[in-house]
Amino acid sequence: MDQFAVKVFVRLRPSVLDPAGEATKSASIKLGAEGIKSLRIGKMIEVKIEGNGENEVRKKIDLLCDRLFANTVIEDYEYSLEKL
Amino acid sequence: MDNFTVGVVVFPGSNCDRDVSWALEGCLDIRTKYLWHESSDLSDVDAIVLPGGFSYGDYLRCGAIARFSPLINALDEFVKSGKRVLGICNGFQILTESGFLPGALTANKNLNFICDDVELDIVSSKGGWFNNEDEKQTINLPIAHGEGRYHCDSDTLKKLVDNELIALRYKNNPNGSSFDIAGITNENGNVLGLMPHPERACDEVIGGTDGLFTLKSLILK
Repeated sequence: MDQFAVKVFVRLRPSVLDPAGEATKSASIKLGAEGIKSLRIGKMIEVKIEGNGENEVRKKIDLLCDRLFANTVIEDYEYSLEKL
Repeated sequence: MDNFTVGVVVFPGSNCDRDVSWALEGCLDIRTKYLWHESSDLSDVDAIVLPGGFSYGDYLRCGAIARFSPLINALDEFVKSGKRVLGICNGFQILTESGFLPGALTANKNLNFICDDVELDIVSSKGGWFNNEDEKQTINLPIAHGEGRYHCDSDTLKKLVDNELIALRYKNNPNGSSFDIAGITNENGNVLGLMPHPERACDEVIGGTDGLFTLKSLILK
């Protein structure tokens, strides 16, 4: 069994309004940061997972992302995978 | 409605279960039974309400974890048999997360948790959930949510419109929902999800009775 560290990034789709991102953008400007054109908030999920090789682990992570971590009606996901 | 029993589902974090039960039993004389989310035996209930609240603390997304409870797994067969399911607020979120209804509910446009009474247009008579056979096409119901902004893509919206699946629209959209949508049904009409709380509008003493019809319609076949 190989063990992998996976980082999953879940983001609202570009077409979906992100009010929390807009509020944070507004606060960033109040803080004095200049030049912010866009600010959107997502989630990062860290998973340590075992499996027989990268392909098997990718299948498990795809299922988790598609069915649980992201709601694909409003969110996109991507992930990076590192063998430990 | 002698033995007709409405199952009121209780998740960890549900907080409108008792309100729903009170409205059904006390105002409408309809028998209720609490169903713990780990139960998958739905054989002795004739309709189901998924009440409002914060199931599983709204972790990950509202309704995302509740979707994997044994009860929701058993719901598929219940819905296919034509029995009625009403999802209120968090219950609506669970119904979209679990695919019984299309679209998704996400953070209100202004980020406020909105607790207010809203005016709603009754759009469709599908399923007979609302009294729109007379001239009263507008009702007042309370809302209480932070993540009630209905979102769907344009193809889904077209399908909702073409098939008359939009049950309720806000007159003054409070949360930024697509097409002012406050409630939708499935194609058969036996599943209704809505953000407003009909159980909080079942007695004049607490401000109105516009929610009675929807709860009463749970007993329709």
